[in-house]
Amino acid sequence: MIGDLRFRNSGIIGKALIVIFLILMIGYSILVLFPLFNMIISSFKTTREIFKAPYALPEIWKFSNYMEVWNKGGFGGYFFNSIIITSLSIAVVLLFGSMAAFGIARYRYRLSNLVYLIFLAGIMLPLKAAIIPLFLLIRGIGLMNTRLALMLIFTAMSMPATVFILAGFMRTIPGSLEDAARIDGSNDLGIYWRIIMPLTTPSIALVTIYNAVPIWNDFFFPLVFIQSDKLKPLPLGMSVFFGQYQISWHLLFASLSVAILPMLILYLFMSKYFIRGMTAGAIK
Amino acid sequence: MKNQVNKTFWILFFILPGLLIVTIFIIAPLFMSMFNSMYSWVSIDRDRWVGFENFVKIFTKYPYQDRFFNAIGNNVQWFMTTMFVQNTIGLLFGYLLFKRIYGSEIFQRVFFIPVLFSVVAVGFLWGLYLNPNMGVVNRLLNDMGLGQWAMAWLGDEKLATPSIIAVNIWRWVGFPTLVFYAGFNSVPMETVEAAYIDGVGEWRLFWKIMFPLIMPAVTIITVLTLIGSLNVFEQVYTMAGLDGGPFYSTDTLGTLFYRTAFGGIDTGLPEIGIGSAIGVVIYVLTFGISAFSIVALRKREVEL
Repeated sequence: MIGDLRFRNSGIIGKALIVIFLILMIGYSILVLFPLFNMIISSFKTTREIFKAPYALPEIWKFSNYMEVWNKGGFGGYFFNSIIITSLSIAVVLLFGSMAAFGIARYRYRLSNLVYLIFLAGIMLPLKAAIIPLFLLIRGIGLMNTRLALMLIFTAMSMPATVFILAGFMRTIPGSLEDAARIDGSNDLGIYWRIIMPLTTPSIALVTIYNAVPIWNDFFFPLVFIQSDKLKPLPLGMSVFFGQYQISWHLLFASLSVAILPMLILYLFMSKYFIRGMTAGAIK
Repeated sequence: MKNQVNKTFWILFFILPGLLIVTIFIIAPLFMSMFNSMYSWVSIDRDRWVGFENFVKIFTKYPYQDRFFNAIGNNVQWFMTTMFVQNTIGLLFGYLLFKRIYGSEIFQRVFFIPVLFSVVAVGFLWGLYLNPNMGVVNRLLNDMGLGQWAMAWLGDEKLATPSIIAVNIWRWVGFPTLVFYAGFNSVPMETVEAAYIDGVGEWRLFWKIMFPLIMPAVTIITVLTLIGSLNVFEQVYTMAGLDGGPFYSTDTLGTLFYRTAFGGIDTGLPEIGIGSAIGVVIYVLTFGISAFSIVALRKREVEL
């Protein structure tokens, strides 16, 4: 049996290497955790205190920083926009994406490979490079400065990988289940909705995370399509805020915490799902 | 016959909505970019057919040429540094996790934390930390007696791009780590154990057996790094500004493209024709090099 890396199975060089590797890994862990810790404590301080004692805990925990960011800084609205935009885009992607995956994976026809290739090409084409035609298109159909424009773009951005992952999974479901349902008089829609979809649920969870994280974090498309402040999602709102409050570092740190902490808390409870979901596109 | 019609109806019913969305918002814009790049533009109105003139401009005419090659140079630096630093660390960490080094369960979870954060939040956060006078990085260096290492990280032309790349590596290194980790876990253990029993040392075992067997993961990480490096935008936007300052030293194709398309602070007016040409270059590079590396690396993949 090939051994795990443990002190007792290794010689002197092996032991030294293990120590060096552990130092590297602990070093990176500190590099990850310290900035987050520092961000959180700084978000409860005053700007003066941040400069005077950057590593110390706040003298008085100023929760009011968060109130200020949330209300006056407009983060309440940004947060709401991000939730609306992300959840609706995901809902549409899951519906249409799973349908398309079903149409590709569960039927035999001559053009099915071509259809699959079109979706696949979408994975490799960088959508940012298409921003000029997209801008002209969205402007042409009168959707500039609407949340709907973002939802359409995000739906398109997520569709190819969704189809790719779900079709890959649906192909592995045995055909006998489908035949049995057909004999019982189920039509194709019934087979999709009552037989295949329930079996696909675990993959749906992965695909949801795979798409929701980049949509929630996206900055580029809101930057191009949204001008009015009350429609901006979090990352864009944050860049506005950073422009306005340059010297109020306590508020800047509080705003960063508002953007980062929800994701971090979700991750603490569902880290396995997040890891599997985010790497779903890269692992077969 | 009726059955055939029926089947066609259902196939269309299922694939049409998704296919339409992808065609309208991804495939069509690709062709529109090529089409637009062949025209001269007056503001946002198409003017007249100019053939490849826009491309000739970005490759040979001042100031387009200077900005373009400067930006591409930085994208190359992004790709090389990320490949050699981030993905090498990822490969090492992934292997150590696979070998269940002490604390591997915890390391795995910690490493992946920054991957979830938005590039914008990470950029702004490190922008504050790297601030030359008030940032915590220089402060720490001073407090540790390493004051001579305190630098204007984002203000120095030579340091700015490496600093931004370092921040991006900080955010992203958990991703290749976990992908390689999954790759190692899918290697059939019988093969490895056979070699191990034959007395192959750990070092050779890794390079001769494990590494070739995770080639699919190496391919996907290379391609993703490439796509990521060619599409850098938010990182530079948040830490150096849209102009890729100081003095364009952090400019990339992404920021240059954006300024050209929508009118930057310096150029003023949008130049859609030139912008489209840069967009097409980004397309060709991304698609071309990805396809090339997939083919090249496929050859090195071993059948399991």
